[in-house]
Amino acid sequence: MSALLGHALAAAPLAAPLPASLTTDGMATTAEAVLFWVLAPIMVLAALSLLFARKAVHAALAVVLVMISLAFLYVAQDAVFLGVVQVVVYTGAVMMLFLFVLMLVGVDASDSLVETIRGQRWIGVLAGLGLGVVLAGVVGRATYGPARGLAEANEASNPVAIAHVVFGEYVLAFEVVGALLVTAALGALVYTHRTRLTPRVGQKERADARVAAGAHPVSLPAPGVYARHNAMDVPALDPQGRPIEDSVPRVLRVRGQEADAAEFAARIERVLSGRAADDRLVPGPSTGDGPTPPPAADPDGARVGVPDVDAAVSDTGQDGPSTGPRGVAGQEDRA
Amino acid sequence: MNLLFAVDGPVAPVTADFSNDNFWIWLLKAVAIIVFLLTSVLFAIWFERKVVARMQVRPGPNVHGPFGLLQSLADAMKLLFKEDVTVKAADKLVYIVAPMIAVFCSLLTFAVIPFGPSVSMFGIVTPLQLTDFPVAVLYILACASVGVYGIVLGGWSSGSTYPLLGAVRSTAQVISYELAMGLSLVSVFILAGSMSTSQIVDSQTQVWWFLPLLPAFVLYVVSMVGETNRLPFDLPEAEGELVSGYMTEYSSMKFAWFFLAEYINMLNVSAVATTLFLGGWRAPFIPADSFLQQGWWPVLWFLVKLWALMFVFVWIRGSVLRFRYDQFMKLGWKVLIPAALVWVVCVAVVQGVRQFSGLELRTLLFVLAGVVLLGLVISFLVPERKKAVEPPEPPGEFDPFAGGYPVPPLPGQVLPPSPRKQRAAAQAAATPDVPQVTQEVHGG
Repeated sequence: MSALLGHALAAAPLAAPLPASLTTDGMATTAEAVLFWVLAPIMVLAALSLLFARKAVHAALAVVLVMISLAFLYVAQDAVFLGVVQVVVYTGAVMMLFLFVLMLVGVDASDSLVETIRGQRWIGVLAGLGLGVVLAGVVGRATYGPARGLAEANEASNPVAIAHVVFGEYVLAFEVVGALLVTAALGALVYTHRTRLTPRVGQKERADARVAAGAHPVSLPAPGVYARHNAMDVPALDPQGRPIEDSVPRVLRVRGQEADAAEFAARIERVLSGRAADDRLVPGPSTGDGPTPPPAADPDGARVGVPDVDAAVSDTGQDGPSTGPRGVAGQEDRA
Repeated sequence: MNLLFAVDGPVAPVTADFSNDNFWIWLLKAVAIIVFLLTSVLFAIWFERKVVARMQVRPGPNVHGPFGLLQSLADAMKLLFKEDVTVKAADKLVYIVAPMIAVFCSLLTFAVIPFGPSVSMFGIVTPLQLTDFPVAVLYILACASVGVYGIVLGGWSSGSTYPLLGAVRSTAQVISYELAMGLSLVSVFILAGSMSTSQIVDSQTQVWWFLPLLPAFVLYVVSMVGETNRLPFDLPEAEGELVSGYMTEYSSMKFAWFFLAEYINMLNVSAVATTLFLGGWRAPFIPADSFLQQGWWPVLWFLVKLWALMFVFVWIRGSVLRFRYDQFMKLGWKVLIPAALVWVVCVAVVQGVRQFSGLELRTLLFVLAGVVLLGLVISFLVPERKKAVEPPEPPGEFDPFAGGYPVPPLPGQVLPPSPRKQRAAAQAAATPDVPQVTQEVHGG
């Protein structure tokens, strides 16, 4: 909202038949002065935090803040095109690319303070001081003529005026810079390009290789013995009633948190033979009218084979035709 | 030099005249825009759910309020009262600021969208537009590109893998699709001779730009879906791959803000498409001096077009699957951007020839159509190079595990007899009066 109002304020002088952002005596208008004194401290703070921020992403954000504030100032000084293009190109594209790289460094990474080139720090300090002296010298000696504003230049609207300057007066420089940029981009392409020495390994090739190496051709069965257990640590049972070790996630198997497969197979056996699933827990003689249950942890003890479905069905009193084997036979005939 | 920049008609920075506006009118317009956007979002969520439900043959929200209209309000309330979790690994400041950036930037675009021509508000004649300036469309692009920082920073600051991946995807997506979007808009700038929204609408009195600039319009529609992270381009939040991408670690109101920003962005890009390509607030087939093209009526036409585009969004969502990430990038860089570049060059050349030679646009287009037609005719005369037809390979021995996969027999190959048939054959061999089992040839 504040940005919206700020924008309205900034655009206000433009909406009227383009009065300058300068008063008649060549001074900035009050609105612009207020905008400047609000934005300037923010920009200085942000610029300083670029230097002192611990995390690279914070530094990048500080730069973004400086750029956007600068854009506001440009717009307030009638250079609308410059202001907006500053945001589109620098904030929207260049800083975004920077962030793209910085984000991959990770949220907790901070800069290493080890000097990679010996004496780098002192050289840096000296060069910085030199730059400061030069800047102070130049800025201190500069003389400013009376401010003229952009009203005259912007007579045929700001973008048109810029187009006249860029494509008229400075067209050669513009073209040369364009050629330079294209060359640089091509150079980057050439330097990072590697000739492909081996054929490209795509999704299909990988799948073929996996299958050729004897991988499971379809997705692995999900863990859990359905209708009884659906926990991740319980292995699925194959059609013969044997537990499938691979169905339990590898992580659980490595950690040793896998449930005992044979125990679950045995439970099913017990239920199918008409007794309670947790039969084993109850001491023997009271319920021991069937065959003795297999030992819990012994997979070989579990009876291997097709469960006796007919018996189970008739036990529950739902007497119906056993369609299973007949259906299978019919399918085989059709094949 | 002046010839190059001469546009038809008087050169004014903007067409809309804001000289009568005072502070209260600005405030009124700004508040009206925000209210419009927020209520539109509530409506858009209901609209989307209802339309998608209709496409999937189910009723959709129908419990709260008439036709379920208050469902989004109920959902908003629910989000408001949920616990606001800040994850431990988060970078606190950025984590909190990110959703705000997303929402505030999405609110900015409508400031330069013209809802209609000048109307009288409390005795003050003012355009139905908060503001306009010579680079208004670039300003819209700028707001969009800053808004993406919300997504990117939200993903990064969550300190978690899925959001980070979503943020990285979003960065790449924005950089590539904004280029195509900007380039598709350039052809409108060239023809309209301006980047101010009111002047672009004004330039569409005769013909709406989507007809002469159809390729640019198609490019814009594709890239606007990519820009708003909507299906089939919703890779930053692809729930099948990244849980919900950049907003995985957000809850309550912070999540709602991202949600709000996404829907406002949909409205934004639809409004831009309406303004730049579909004649803005103009109604079709009605003369410009009709009462239907003046006063408050045009707001209706604008809204109709806006919601037609919103329907396209929902329609696409209801019918298209999500792209794979590399396919998505390929589409952006190898199809959309080159196509946009070629189109911009074509439009620039046509416009340049038209202005330098003073040729009528109609003549020019006829000449171009003639050239294209001639090329087409010539292409028919060039004999077609026939592809050598390879003789089909003779069916070899059937390998049930060719290439490692269990495969069925190919045409002409013979399936080995099943165990039962083998048994039957063995029996037949033992008792000679039973007829032999014939083998079955597949695909005969």
